Amino acid sequence: MVMTTHEEKMSTVRYKVDDKPHIVVDGKKCEGCSVRACIYVCPANLFVPLDDGSILFNYEQCFECGACYFACNEEGAIQWSYPSGGYGVTFRES
Amino acid sequence: MTNTASNEHFDVIVVGAGPAGSAAALITARAGLKVLLIERGEYPGAKNVSGAVFYGGAILNELIPDWCEQAPLERYICRRDMALMSPTTAVSLDFRTAGANYVEAPYNGFSILRPKFDRWFAAQAEAAGAFLLTSTVVDDVIKDGDQVVGVKVRREQGEVRGNVVIACDGVNSWLARKAGRQRELHAHEISLGVKEVLGLDEALIRERFHLSGNEGMALEYVGAITEKVRGGAFLYTNKNSLSLGVIGQLSSLVESQKRPYELLEVFKAHPAVAPLVRGGTLREYSAHLIPEAGFSMMPRLFSDGMLVAGDAAAFCLAAGLYLEGINYAMQSGLAAGQTAIEAAGRQDYSRYFLARYMERLRERNVFTDFQSYRHTPAFVNGERFQNLYPEMVAHATEMLFRVDAAGKKKIVPLLGKTMRDLGVKRSHVLQDLYKVARAYLW
Repeated sequence: MVMTTHEEKMSTVRYKVDDKPHIVVDGKKCEGCSVRACIYVCPANLFVPLDDGSILFNYEQCFECGACYFACNEEGAIQWSYPSGGYGVTFRES
Repeated sequence: MTNTASNEHFDVIVVGAGPAGSAAALITARAGLKVLLIERGEYPGAKNVSGAVFYGGAILNELIPDWCEQAPLERYICRRDMALMSPTTAVSLDFRTAGANYVEAPYNGFSILRPKFDRWFAAQAEAAGAFLLTSTVVDDVIKDGDQVVGVKVRREQGEVRGNVVIACDGVNSWLARKAGRQRELHAHEISLGVKEVLGLDEALIRERFHLSGNEGMALEYVGAITEKVRGGAFLYTNKNSLSLGVIGQLSSLVESQKRPYELLEVFKAHPAVAPLVRGGTLREYSAHLIPEAGFSMMPRLFSDGMLVAGDAAAFCLAAGLYLEGINYAMQSGLAAGQTAIEAAGRQDYSRYFLARYMERLRERNVFTDFQSYRHTPAFVNGERFQNLYPEMVAHATEMLFRVDAAGKKKIVPLLGKTMRDLGVKRSHVLQDLYKVARAYLW
């Protein structure tokens, strides 16, 4: 199938998941944010808005692209780093 | 090697085994320097994504004798399309050539798949004597005053020392920023590319794109294909797959509130694109950032004990007609390597000596091309060029070719009607003609 859902896309990507997150989001800082840039730029759809106004972030399927970090510049709610060497995403074709 | 890394002192430490890093490591190792090439991925290319078309046959030709047979190339590009899109229409320039420059080695350009290519290219650096250390993250540089004297690695030893650090750590350019050589980057300077590799039968690719043997095609699109998001789309033929993707300026993605992967579906569904991708099976989805602002976002390229090359130096030319980064990465890696060799010869690693990196970059047309096209990225990402003009061209062309009861209009009145229909202001067009001239014409 040419047309695929986001889940189908993500299922084609290989990850070696590290036991600790490499990106930490300070949910408290997100409560005052109306832009929610992270949600709209993350290619892996890892930022989930919760009912209490905070943002839930899951690191396991991160592409390590940095989009969230640059889009969120103003708020400073994202502590960004690469996962440990050899961990995280491993592209095979792209 | 890893156990003794902290006891060893290197002439050159290259961070990142992409095209820039491996090029720098290759040339310095060949000159007899002791070189460490550090890569955070499991293998070189594991963390890299590009379109990808590499316009670098000539570069490889000078570096590696039998590259034509050995390098994992997909298809050599002898057919290109540039298309302006409205939701229903594509108006394109189709270029096709049998010219020797394009169809014979060293070829003008060819499609590649980064994980495969980078792995091969880094192996060339290893063959030349560079020490390749994978699965290792470099977190920061080590400084002695202003002088960069090594790097902090996320390994037991914690650090490795060297005379010159060549930062080829990609678009996020953490090393340059941590070393104080690069400012914080803004969301309008960077674009996100999301990509799919779709498997498609080799014979079917030839049939559909009118290719023989290993010929390849590169198609690039701008306009409604990305809806209101500023950017564009691409479609490249590989041996038995298609590389396709959508690129969107980060700030524009936020404004439009459109998810990047949704744009992929819009792209594939466009009437001009759907027939080309029909029957493809998704092999891999990926994403990566692109430093599109070019000249205006360049870091300090040389400083005491440090050089910056590749995407980390924003050497990515996103100028509509040209989407080139890998060739500039390689050239800048070579330029940095040359500079390191000269510095080693004089045992001078100060910024005063490393300044000759700029000359090497100019000789290789890296700095000069970026300087020359410094106005282009802003123009290409401008509101009217992105949405209005493609719509205008599509609309005008539709009218031009339409036969109906209204009879025929000549081109100038037809353009006038198009401009009125779409609310295009003449003053804007004049301003934009000036910008086109400055961006492309001279």
